[in-house]
Amino acid sequence: MEKWSLMTLTVLLALTVRWAVSLGSYSGAGKPPMYGDYEAQRHWQEITYNLPIRQWYFNTSDNNLLYWGLDYPPLTAYHSFVCAYIAKLINPDWVALHTSRGYESQPHKLFMRTTVFVADLLVYIPAVILYCFSLKETSAKKKVSSALCILLYPGLILIDHGHFQYNSVSLGLALWAVLCLSHDWDLLGSVAFCLALNYKQMELYHSLPFFCYLLGKCFKKGLKGKGLVLLAKLAGTVLVSFAACWLPFGTDVEQIMQVLRRLFPIDRGLFEDKVANIWCSLSVLIKIKNVISPRTQLKLSFAVTFLSLLPACIKLTVQPSLRGFKFALVSCALSFFLFSFQVHEKSILLVSVPVCLIINEIPFMATWFLLVSTFSLLPLLLKDELLLPYAVTTPAFLAVCLASFSILEKTSAEDLQLKAFSLSLKGYVSWVKSFPRIVRSLFLLSVALMGALSVLGAAAPPPQRLPDLFPLAVALVSCLHFLLFLLYFNVVMLWDSKSRGQRKIN
Amino acid sequence: MAAGGRGWFRALALGVSFLKCLLIPAYYSTDFEVHRNWLAITHNLPLSQWYYEATSEWTLDYPPFFAWFEYVLSHIAKYFDPQMLVVENLNYTSRATVFFQRLSVIFTDTLFIYAVHECCRCINGKRAAKDILEKPTFILAVLLLWNFGLLIVDHIHFQYNGFLFGLMLLSVARLCQKRYLEGALLFAVLLHFKHIYVYVAPAYGIYLLRSYCFTANNADGSLKWRSFSFLHVTLLALIVCLVSALSLGPFLVLGQLPQVISRLFPFKRGLCHAYWAPNFWALYNAMDKALTILGLKCNFLDGTKIPKASMTGGLVQEFQHTVLPSVTPLATLICTFIAILPSVFCLWFKPQGPRGFLQCLVLCALSSFMFGWHVHEKAILLAILPLSLLSIQRAKDAGIYLILATTGHFSLFPLLFTTPELPIKILLMLLFTVYSFSSLKSLFRREKPLLNWLETIYLIQLVPLEIFCEIIFPLTSWKQHFPFVPLLLTSVYCALGITYAWLKLYISVLTERTPVRQKAE
Repeated sequence: MEKWSLMTLTVLLALTVRWAVSLGSYSGAGKPPMYGDYEAQRHWQEITYNLPIRQWYFNTSDNNLLYWGLDYPPLTAYHSFVCAYIAKLINPDWVALHTSRGYESQPHKLFMRTTVFVADLLVYIPAVILYCFSLKETSAKKKVSSALCILLYPGLILIDHGHFQYNSVSLGLALWAVLCLSHDWDLLGSVAFCLALNYKQMELYHSLPFFCYLLGKCFKKGLKGKGLVLLAKLAGTVLVSFAACWLPFGTDVEQIMQVLRRLFPIDRGLFEDKVANIWCSLSVLIKIKNVISPRTQLKLSFAVTFLSLLPACIKLTVQPSLRGFKFALVSCALSFFLFSFQVHEKSILLVSVPVCLIINEIPFMATWFLLVSTFSLLPLLLKDELLLPYAVTTPAFLAVCLASFSILEKTSAEDLQLKAFSLSLKGYVSWVKSFPRIVRSLFLLSVALMGALSVLGAAAPPPQRLPDLFPLAVALVSCLHFLLFLLYFNVVMLWDSKSRGQRKIN
Repeated sequence: MAAGGRGWFRALALGVSFLKCLLIPAYYSTDFEVHRNWLAITHNLPLSQWYYEATSEWTLDYPPFFAWFEYVLSHIAKYFDPQMLVVENLNYTSRATVFFQRLSVIFTDTLFIYAVHECCRCINGKRAAKDILEKPTFILAVLLLWNFGLLIVDHIHFQYNGFLFGLMLLSVARLCQKRYLEGALLFAVLLHFKHIYVYVAPAYGIYLLRSYCFTANNADGSLKWRSFSFLHVTLLALIVCLVSALSLGPFLVLGQLPQVISRLFPFKRGLCHAYWAPNFWALYNAMDKALTILGLKCNFLDGTKIPKASMTGGLVQEFQHTVLPSVTPLATLICTFIAILPSVFCLWFKPQGPRGFLQCLVLCALSSFMFGWHVHEKAILLAILPLSLLSIQRAKDAGIYLILATTGHFSLFPLLFTTPELPIKILLMLLFTVYSFSSLKSLFRREKPLLNWLETIYLIQLVPLEIFCEIIFPLTSWKQHFPFVPLLLTSVYCALGITYAWLKLYISVLTERTPVRQKAE
């Protein structure tokens, strides 16, 4: 069969799964007074459609910021405005000021689901398809199976089409940026990334690799000649795209400051709920939130994040390569997720999508990571009554990865891109020979553990004294995994085999 | 893609099962309540009441084995939600009930998966393709396991066709493997699960008679009368009688056989189902309507005398034709019989082993679909599924398959009329159609194109038809006055394609040259 018909089938299957998931429940369905993310998005449509742009981010009598106030950058607001415009055409009740609060109906759900579906179809899916076609040194079939695995990644599907969010837009834009950079269209890439950043501030997790890669590229060209020109062009492009996005708010400084305050709510605390990062896990032992003052918490998290980012960023700046760039995207996003301030469980998607990009290089580890990341979302999904789609799409994803990459046979040090690392350890460690078997058993153990916890969490009621036992267990298990993954990605990145001679620099 | 061996089959079966699970929260039709009611009836009432109980309008109208099947299910159902087993709980739907019913369909589909596996085994893949995606067995497995019609009828609309077709395909596979007695047994059992399969019984009967009861042929391929085996006939008769006794015996003893029969064959229902299945009668009715309108326009007819019954109103009712003569059940029976006859003759006089049997099976199914009384649109699956087996063997059959499957599946669209399911049905249809076209095209890429230009245009026209029916029409003012227009268009347009495929298959079977030249008629 031709490449194109296979790709069409892949996309159709991905769309079918997305729509099937969207038949289920959404966040905060029928749960007044605050509802959930679904109501937040609907409320933003209401606000952006009815209020003048200067009031969007301000607390007024028409805009109670405590009730799902707009706290995403301008592009999200514009997107909400466009959706609201269409909603108004279909049924004005959906976006009526004040009276539409908590509006829920079958047609409205259909409309909201369609907006996500369309956004996904227009932004994320084409980026994935083009990315997979542009993969080098891979057979047509491998490209298709990569696309299939990426598009069937359950985390993103469940959050966007189940829980209800528009992550596929910001992540898709970031993907477009990666795609442009891999074709050496640096300016276009930075425009795409600026758009992503202006859609969702969480894209900052990806900003350092972009910055370091482009900076390194300028250095490589020589800072006195072409490099400087490129740098100037890039800076100009970024400024212009930011200015374009913020134009309506640029009228006075107070507007901009207010938007920024809304985007980075420092007073919300170190972490929320039970997120699988280091702070939440540590607080099992020490109640960090109570022991340290919020200011210190901020500084501490900033310092730790910065330190954990440093090696990858330096390496990327010194040796900018596309492969290193992708790995840096993963490890930087993961560092942010683990160590930074005010992390949501959904932010793991910012790590997962870059991991998807390297699924054809390290299929085994990528699959493992993607499974863990989906698992870490389980408490959220349970709250949204999305157990069924979770229980179906996750094993299905594992099956697809098993079938298309036969991952269990690719666990040698070489397949994990650890050859250089293991060579440098030679003489010190003697277990290298049984390495593939150990890794495989660890994987199976981890999958079994996640499966068991999923079943327990879904079926068994928690003990009376520890109502949060189960979400905490999920967070701890995932956090442990993520720490190991961070280590692994950093090792692969730093021991990149192409740069043997320069390893000492680091 | 998969790691060698039979791994790909497992992946395909697993994949489609996951998809089925995802469809659990989707819309279900009144058939859901039908089966819930049957669960309740068989669970609570003694055998003697099964075919008399009429609290719900959805009375038990499947043969006894299916009732027993529901009986067995009901004993699992009580652990999910005992409330669903109360006969008076009409239209009862709890979350547990939905889960149980959906999962019961998904689990019984295991039989279908096994049957497909067996069918793939008996299609020996001589055409050793390097690429697994181009192996005939792989294509066949996808065409059967991922069949669009089965997916939407069973897992969205809600019915138990999966395991029934599993029984049928399994019996076909057994006949292909020359395990005749097993095949006959399976088919006899199937008949007592759902009697609609009686339409293809002639193919089974003649094939078994020709290749099992007569053990040898003459050198020129004609029948050797002397080789008749009394033993084989006795065995076959024994099987059929035993199965029937097991199924109908208890009711015979209770003296309820006439009641059971009257439930199974409700000739009180109209010529066509709620909306017209795309068969000959759809064309006939459409012609009648067109003539009526024409007659009224030209004042040949008196408008006051015309009965105001709308056939597409959604209720099963009898219908008086205004211009053309009305059709009686007997007439449809005769038409069906005449339509089936040539294919049966063909099977008898031009034996070609399993291939000929399959052709005859498909023709029987299609002919009865074309002319049967009160045919459901879902019955087209009875022709599409066996034709999948033929489609991967010859380019000619592949072409017919593409026409029949695409139009047949399209004609199932009105089954799902709820908006949330609109994208699902279109996506699944596209998925299946794109796959069947591209895989069969690549399988027969060395032969001439599978479809000629006229057929291609006909199939492409389905796209604007769908856009008109589902998107443009609801926006126009006609929606209030002529709500049945989309249904009418769909069934008439699909009827053309199905009639064409039926004729083409018939012609290709009748004119097929065999080593032995024998006139069919």
